[in-house]
Amino acid sequence: MGKVRKGVEVSIAIADAVAQADVDVIAAYPITPQTHIVEHLSEIVADGELDAEYVPVDSEHSAMSVCCGSAAVGARTFTSTSSQGLALMSEIFFIAAAMRLPMVMALANRSLSSPLSIWNDHSDVMMVRDAGWICIFVENGQETYDNIFCAFRMSEDPEVMLPVAVNLDGFILTHMIEPVEYEDDDLIRRYLPEFKMKNALHPDHPVSMGCFGMPEIYTEAQMNREMGVRNSYPHIVKAWEEWGRLTGRHYRPVETYRTDDAEYCIVTMGSYGETAMEVVDALRAEGEKVGVVKIRLWRPFPLDEFRAAVLGKKHLIVVDRAITFGGQGGPVATELRSALYKRDGAPTIVNYVAGLAGRDVSRKDFRSIITEGRKKAEAGDTEGFTLYGLRG
Amino acid sequence: MAKTSVSSPKNVERAEYFAPGHRACQGCAEVLAVRLVLKALGKDTIVAMATGCMEIISSPLPLTSWRIPWIHNAFENPAAVISGCEAGMKAMMRKGKMPAKKINFVGMGGDGATADIGFGSLSGALERGHDMIYVCYDNEAYMNTGIQRSSSTPYGASTTTSPAGKKSIGQRTQKKNMVEIAVAHGIPYVATACPSFPFDLLDKIKKASETPGPAYVHILSVCPTGWRIQPSDAIRYGRLAVNSCSFPLYEVVNGKYRVTYKPSDKKLIPVSEYLSGQGRFRHLTDKDIEQIQAATTRQYERLLKLSEEE
Repeated sequence: MGKVRKGVEVSIAIADAVAQADVDVIAAYPITPQTHIVEHLSEIVADGELDAEYVPVDSEHSAMSVCCGSAAVGARTFTSTSSQGLALMSEIFFIAAAMRLPMVMALANRSLSSPLSIWNDHSDVMMVRDAGWICIFVENGQETYDNIFCAFRMSEDPEVMLPVAVNLDGFILTHMIEPVEYEDDDLIRRYLPEFKMKNALHPDHPVSMGCFGMPEIYTEAQMNREMGVRNSYPHIVKAWEEWGRLTGRHYRPVETYRTDDAEYCIVTMGSYGETAMEVVDALRAEGEKVGVVKIRLWRPFPLDEFRAAVLGKKHLIVVDRAITFGGQGGPVATELRSALYKRDGAPTIVNYVAGLAGRDVSRKDFRSIITEGRKKAEAGDTEGFTLYGLRG
Repeated sequence: MAKTSVSSPKNVERAEYFAPGHRACQGCAEVLAVRLVLKALGKDTIVAMATGCMEIISSPLPLTSWRIPWIHNAFENPAAVISGCEAGMKAMMRKGKMPAKKINFVGMGGDGATADIGFGSLSGALERGHDMIYVCYDNEAYMNTGIQRSSSTPYGASTTTSPAGKKSIGQRTQKKNMVEIAVAHGIPYVATACPSFPFDLLDKIKKASETPGPAYVHILSVCPTGWRIQPSDAIRYGRLAVNSCSFPLYEVVNGKYRVTYKPSDKKLIPVSEYLSGQGRFRHLTDKDIEQIQAATTRQYERLLKLSEEE
């Protein structure tokens, strides 16, 4: 494929990116709203445009298990799921990270049952927050396309060797038709050379993987895992910087918009960033000193970059898209409060949970979240969270 | 006994791919089965194994008994994991990313991993037609966690979750027939085996390896700990199981049945001889045993008929 700009559904762009990445194995089970991704991949494989094994598994549990087997022999491996699918595969999702098996997942974020809902929020990914995967959030089609390549590059980096989930909002992004700039295959090959895994399963050099850990070694194994995730950070940044050099499209773990002189900021993760920016532009025109802080890298958590972005601001209004039932707020706000606890110049945090199961959060809603949130912050009303738009 | 390609221990592959020093119980026939299976497969083999006895006894970090590449991932997914290994290598070999080579892709699990928790995952892998072998080591209960019943536990056996009691015979259900379920997938090779008949076992694993597509081999693995017998009697009980027709040795090649070992009139024994010495069946009455005998005879005759029809 040559460099081309085209209008394309984001799911199709993901499948095209996976094909350009010359993936060897795709194992997936259909679930809304991920289906267009895997349908298009099946077509690409069926038409011989990508030479890969498409493994149509019996469940998401088997999808992740097949991915583990495929990654263990050193094959470039891709999967995609949502919601209940992620819940079903969650056992193996944790093991994939613990065994340091590189693979990429497009996670089309969708709410968890019950009640059953096919629509978008972040309750699925938050369930596996502590699994040890690298978790990236994207906002639009271009970011999604780009980050498929970046994710493979990070995942397969010998200094990283971790699975990577590219989180995109179900329907809001997966089913959106947007202009996306495709890169040419030569550039992709330069950025993402053939994967050569050290210590892959092969009869020529037998290794044992997934051994059993007695208490005298389990703690050390967990520390090793923690260091693995933590130490991946500079390599993640490097992968994005290299992509930026080649394409001119730059990504950072924490991204800011009009925050330099902002007194307070709205914090988002995922596709809400775009709406937030529009509302901030409107508020700026009215004289409000407000900006947007976007968490692109959720795990490993970009502590230093986040602090650098917000210390000195008066308030943060954090918009979560999941509830931690019985906890102190949404998962993002809880994380951010912890990151800022007792830091000099720490802003106060007001937390909203909004847009559960795809309930639309429009520009008007963002405006009221920002306005109300600011009032709450100034009044010192910063405990817990507010479920935005709750009826009755 | 049908002719086997090897008929003397002297001619069995000498190389050991499962190292000594593992932590299996004394008299474990399952670990013997693993050792024989690996001898039949040879070094160009990758194994994905379920959580269970064999995984625990062979891989305490940082040690391993495996001299071939081996992966353990979870309890219910060895069939899916090995199908992923097969798919990965197949793609990479086809694309010239690695030199082409014949490799045995082998999933292994106990009866719990096979007939219960990993049932769907196994069925999926067999149905998809991967070039793989799945070996079930059937010791007829969850032995690793302390002898709890599985769907492969035979009728009447007392286990820690199907205990015999005043109002219970022990296991109330019939043993799930995994072999017939494998056959129903229409795969090219299905067989039963038992390490008490090592030459028969070696031949069947070799056949499974030579068969393109999925193969399923179900190995009765006597567990002295769980069956409550002496460790020194493990091999003998395997023979009793087969000679009483409780566990017939047969294979199904492209749907064609063949009993590979028919106990001669001299060797044929009633099931009572197989059941009586085992602690797990100690509570059974003569009437219970009669009932088991009738069911066993019925099933064996059905098998002989299937075998003759071909």
